[in-house]
Amino acid sequence: MPSKVEKWKDEVYGNEIREHLLEFAEQGWESIPEDEHDAWFERFKWWGLYHQRSGQESYFMMRIGTPNGVIKPGQLEVIGEVAKEYATGPADNPEFGDAYCDWTTRQSIQLHWIKLEDIPEIFEKLESVGLTTQQACGDSWRNIVGCPVAGKDKHEHIDAWPVAEELHETFKGNDDYANLPRKWKVAVTGCDEGCGQGDINDLAFEPAEKDGELGFNVRVGGGLSRKEARLARDIDVWVPPEQAADVAAGMSALFNEYGDRDDRFNARIKFLMDEWGPEKMRQVLQDEFVDFELETAGEDMRDQYTYNSGGNEGHDDHVGVHEQDDGNYYVGLNVLVGRMGADDTLELADIAEEYGSGEVRLTQRQNVIIMDVPEENLEDLKNEPLLEDYSPEPSPFMRGSIACTGTEYCSLSIVETKNRQVRYARWLKDNVELPADHEDFHIHLSGCTASCAQPQIADVSLRGMKTRKDGEPVEALDIGLGGGLGEDPRFADWVEMRVPADEVPGAIENLVNNFKDRREDGETFRDFVEARDEDTLADLVEPEETDYHDPYMHNTKMTWYPYAEDDDMQSSPAPTNGAGEPLPSDD
Amino acid sequence: MTTDVHQLDDGAWISVNDSREVNVSDLWLLARSDFCECETTDFLAEGFVKVGVDHPNIEARIAGQCIACGESGVTDWLIVGRVVDPDAGDFYGVVHESVHFPEKRTRLARPGE
Ligand code: HEM
Ligand code: SF4
Ligand SMILES: [Zn+2]
Repeated sequence: MPSKVEKWKDEVYGNEIREHLLEFAEQGWESIPEDEHDAWFERFKWWGLYHQRSGQESYFMMRIGTPNGVIKPGQLEVIGEVAKEYATGPADNPEFGDAYCDWTTRQSIQLHWIKLEDIPEIFEKLESVGLTTQQACGDSWRNIVGCPVAGKDKHEHIDAWPVAEELHETFKGNDDYANLPRKWKVAVTGCDEGCGQGDINDLAFEPAEKDGELGFNVRVGGGLSRKEARLARDIDVWVPPEQAADVAAGMSALFNEYGDRDDRFNARIKFLMDEWGPEKMRQVLQDEFVDFELETAGEDMRDQYTYNSGGNEGHDDHVGVHEQDDGNYYVGLNVLVGRMGADDTLELADIAEEYGSGEVRLTQRQNVIIMDVPEENLEDLKNEPLLEDYSPEPSPFMRGSIACTGTEYCSLSIVETKNRQVRYARWLKDNVELPADHEDFHIHLSGCTASCAQPQIADVSLRGMKTRKDGEPVEALDIGLGGGLGEDPRFADWVEMRVPADEVPGAIENLVNNFKDRREDGETFRDFVEARDEDTLADLVEPEETDYHDPYMHNTKMTWYPYAEDDDMQSSPAPTNGAGEPLPSDD
Repeated sequence: MTTDVHQLDDGAWISVNDSREVNVSDLWLLARSDFCECETTDFLAEGFVKVGVDHPNIEARIAGQCIACGESGVTDWLIVGRVVDPDAGDFYGVVHESVHFPEKRTRLARPGE
């Protein structure tokens, strides 16, 4: 029997949600019938609007999907303006102030505290420069990810950007694929570094050569959520770039037909892959969903993949100054936990215009890249004050930090994430020294098992939990080690569970010191972890209180906003009207 | 009216008559359960897997973990609150910090929900 969400989707879904959304916005928050809240909020996701958590009713997270992370000249300024004007809530964040953009691990943009009443104006502004929130959330084709410097990269074999763009244009707003059983995440990689992260997506195109021609091998069924992490599996198909959209259409039609609409927990294609295996997946695709003979897989380039391979080679996170294939440079800036104030975003837009082409790109490591900088502009760019805060040469602990949304806004969360990770990174930078050959050291913090921060592919994986300390419940983290991508991707081993959050920096300090003492010459952290069993590793992680102070130990999910002066759930001003004034609420 | 109950946002919360009523991330004390070896299970709710109504009780099976011993899994049916008067529809949540007794079965609001 189809789930309730499916029933709502049958009634209204896809493009047609927009007119209802705009109508509600026109009439105000209270015009949404109370007994239809759940149905409408589920549907609004399709237009990129996610109702924020308990205590923050009437406020939305808004996600803007930028395919492949490409922000074209002129777009960033509008994003910054929208954030500045509309993304301010009833209370400030102590680290980030009152209006900011989040650059996400899927190369999208998230704004918070968006009011329903402002949505028509925001849509108009975004759409005036070709940006959209369409399908940024919900059960459909999500933002397409890929190598962030596609089309401009020296390591590229196929220009993946036109392929990503074609997929975006074909499947955004396309009614045939608008209502899938679940989210559908696609990655396109064209380079030999493997930075598209295809392995953790539902559908992945990866560079491969067949009979002297360059195209893509196809993998299916990756994903990290719910302690059910899966790597995408090779279905033994090669496509030339001009047929990528046909195979993608076939695969998503297959998912549409055979994905589980009765149980949302079992709906992602990774579970169908568990059931069928890659041979049957290929067979059904061939028999029912494409009208040409599929080629068998070509010769891939996975043995050259350096991205997040633990080897500390290649562009890896794209931070720093790198030459493009046209002789210009791109300059990757580190944005700690992916959050940038609206004023800084506007400044970044100016700088990108002044020194480069105005194009900016988002990476899958929550960072930004200024594109197309001629060599003669590099020095002046590096001297810009903005680059003191968003450095092209950051400490490994700053550049390696990723954090998800967490209890600040997210319903599913268990612990506070972004502000905590900011404090962790600063403390680690001041107190811990990595071996000199470890410039890349990834610490990912996810507030729950949904794994938005992709903890399973980090050197140190942190996942929200709770424990008791002196009898009192406190926020805690599970610690995993040794995850990463590359030729042979590997998910982290969870070695130390329920560590009180204030003992995690001490644990990482001890781990790094133990690693330095025990490693063989030149041994990478990832190899070091792989060579040891979980018990041995657990002994190397020794949780310990230090002078690190954690202000978020107190079960932040029980507040209406973790950083408000009066954070009690009952003190929440939400829901509010279009002017931000509290409305009576019956709960 | 009938009481409308479902879990949403991947099991993040339970909606009762279109109002968010029970959230993940709370700790529940479970007694006489075979969830783990502990005398009382110190249970962290991480996701609502199934919800049901057995008038006047609203019940759920919850995915999560005992934070004392680390055992993880899905609980049997737990009463998470009551809607005493279905016409008024008001929900009265239980105090999750007090001791609860999971039951093997309950009537489902809708099978497979
Ligand atoms: C309001 C806040 C958010 C909510 C409620 C939310 C919800 C979820 C859920 C429920 C999943 C699991 C999906 C599944 O089971 O298929 C998930 C996964 C994920 N989300 Fe989010 N999310 C939020 C914010 C974010 C943010 C801020 C990012 C990016 C920085 C993000 C990116 C991802 C990624 C990469 C995954 C991993 C999915 C996979 O590979 O299977 N989400 N999110
Ligand atoms: S990992 Fe969990 S807590 Fe973090 S944003 Fe995703 S759903 Fe929310
Ligand atoms: Zn136990």
